[in-house]
Amino acid sequence: MSVAQVKQDALAARIADLSFAEKGWLAAPRRAALDRLSAVGLPGKRDEYWRYTDPAALNAPAAAPAALFDPGDEPQVFDQIDRVKLVFVDGVFDAAASDDPRLSGVEIERLTEVATRDSHWASGLYGALEARGQNPVSRPQAILNTAFATDGVLIRVTGQAKKPVSLIYKQGSTTSDVILHHCIQLEAGAELTLLENGAAAARLNTVMEVEVDDGARFHHIRGQGRAHERQAVTHIFARLGKESSFKSFTLSANGRLTRNECVIEMTGENAVAHVAGAAVGDGDFHHDDTVFLTHGAPGCESRQVFKKVLKNGATGVFQGKILVKQVAQKTDGYQISQSLLLDDDSQFLAKPELEIYADDVKCSHGSTSGAIDETALFYLQSRGVPKSIAQSLLVLAFLAEAISEIEDAEIAEDIRTRLESWLERHER
Amino acid sequence: MLEINNLHVKLEEEDKVILRGVDLKIKAGEVHAIMGPNGSGKSTLSYVLSGRDGYEVTDGSATLDGEELLEMEPEERAAAGLFLAFQYPVEIPGVGNMTFLRTAVNAQRKARGEEELSAGDFLKVVREKAKTLKIDAEMLKRPVNVGFSGGEKKRNEILQMAMLEPKMCVLDETDSGLDVDAMKLVAEGVNALRDAGRSFLVITHYQRLLDHIKPDVVHIMSAGRIIKTGGPELALEVENNGYADILAEVK
Ligand SMILES: Nc1ncnc2c1ncn2[C@@H]1O[C@H](COP(=O)(O)OP(=O)(O)OP(=O)(O)O)[C@@H](O)[C@H]1O
Ligand SMILES: [Mg+2]
Repeated sequence: MSVAQVKQDALAARIADLSFAEKGWLAAPRRAALDRLSAVGLPGKRDEYWRYTDPAALNAPAAAPAALFDPGDEPQVFDQIDRVKLVFVDGVFDAAASDDPRLSGVEIERLTEVATRDSHWASGLYGALEARGQNPVSRPQAILNTAFATDGVLIRVTGQAKKPVSLIYKQGSTTSDVILHHCIQLEAGAELTLLENGAAAARLNTVMEVEVDDGARFHHIRGQGRAHERQAVTHIFARLGKESSFKSFTLSANGRLTRNECVIEMTGENAVAHVAGAAVGDGDFHHDDTVFLTHGAPGCESRQVFKKVLKNGATGVFQGKILVKQVAQKTDGYQISQSLLLDDDSQFLAKPELEIYADDVKCSHGSTSGAIDETALFYLQSRGVPKSIAQSLLVLAFLAEAISEIEDAEIAEDIRTRLESWLERHER
Repeated sequence: MLEINNLHVKLEEEDKVILRGVDLKIKAGEVHAIMGPNGSGKSTLSYVLSGRDGYEVTDGSATLDGEELLEMEPEERAAAGLFLAFQYPVEIPGVGNMTFLRTAVNAQRKARGEEELSAGDFLKVVREKAKTLKIDAEMLKRPVNVGFSGGEKKRNEILQMAMLEPKMCVLDETDSGLDVDAMKLVAEGVNALRDAGRSFLVITHYQRLLDHIKPDVVHIMSAGRIIKTGGPELALEVENNGYADILAEVK
């Protein structure tokens, strides 16, 4: 059987039980997505883009069961942050558990509620950035999402949001298989902080399309669910206008499989795009950050800062690309991906790439993988700091550069605290 | 205070013997100095005492106030009152000097069953001690030893010692890399800590430091052994004649 045929069969099996809603304005982008998906099929292990991460579990017709995670009375990330909470349980919006979504300068709607309306601002965005992001590499899991998402939020921001909007994903069933699709439009000069956290489902597929108009600012901070057995594939597709700013930070602790893709296109001059991540994995943990950043206009700045702490056989993957188009003179691009391997069983696989067609650019990238600094560890211990605390201090120091990408001091502190307590729980 | 008997040490990963039977007894309140040619094993002795990995004790013992040191984790030795000022202080990017000091002070207090210092009290004490060592506030905020000059690193070691108030202080070439004024400052810092319940083992190549920190006993170490012990005049002899005479005499 040919590779193409295998992919087609896998696709047929994957979508057999998914419902394809063909109503309202959503029908057109979904049908188009289904066509696109049929053309490429699901990703295969031999695809260049999936060399380090086996897509089998994401492709499988059903989600592998994942035990529910009980954090006990341990505080959850963002608990301390004043925010507008929107709760999804197994991918279904739970109005009763959510806050009143009214927030000045921000319009929040549920995808399934407005899909049947005749015209909607999101009709021009839904699937559009995702489709743009399929070049030069296809991202079939995102196409699948566009075609079959069952819920999501549509957020239009016209002013300065007073509080963060917080998407909370709860997992209710051990077999939940969830596809969510969000569209976010920040109009010129607007500003929003979006938070996401929670285990979500046994298997989660999310797409977030973000249009950041001229001068707008988008902050995204995500705490990926701590459930040990959950699997997730997420995509962020963003387009940045002139002098706009996009900053996304992801904290991942645990999770059997996580593939986070981020595709950003800077189309306006002097735009700023920062993507960062801190991942900590103990044991059966595979975490993949795949980033594609396009400098499509002059004077833009991009930063990618990814740090992973791995132990007991955990695997970290980083695939990061900076593409600088010919028009994008005065580009400032920085990329760093580093792992701290706490034992010999863990591994980090990195593929940093630069593709530059402009001549006046400043781009740097680096990738390292190393063990804890034994000399520093001894120095701390010799001052009376117990080994476990000394190790945590060094691990947090290692992660600090990624955490410092979070602009909001309160949120950054919250993330630090969550990491600290994770390290405490995973001392051995 | 510190009692070392017939200490033999080899490298863990190689068959290289470094210490070949070190004997040393330091009473409470005393200051001892160790001098000796490069590579004679002085730093190794200090590392083995403080519990660094990579060395294997093949024979002998070392006790601090009767407690066997060599069985303890490095942090336990610290809590028991041992302190080593490193010959090469370690840079730790990402860990603030203040955080480091406070974590260390409180970890030791906790280990000894004492109450932890509040953030406010800690700050007060550290500022005061830093001031006498001419360590400015900005240096305290920086990551541990990162971007510090050689002399600043050594002063930072003494600040840690002053904060931790150990009873047995081992200073490994704390004078190297110091200018004349900084050496005085460091010596004053050490002298301020001298009291009847605290002992010092000062490793140095130069008599100059011993002008400021007056030793009770001076030892000469060579090829992993203490080959001669005497009073302060021994340091002067080394300063004037080098080690050749002493080595010949012992042979
Ligand atoms: N980890 C190690 N690996 C290899 N050799 C070592 C190690 N530690 C010590 N040595 C060797 O042991 C000997 C003693 O070293 P040590 O640092 O204790 O000397 P020292 O007396 O402090 O010298 P200096 O006056 O130059 O500081 C040297 O020959 C040194 O090279
Ligand atoms: Mg030495």
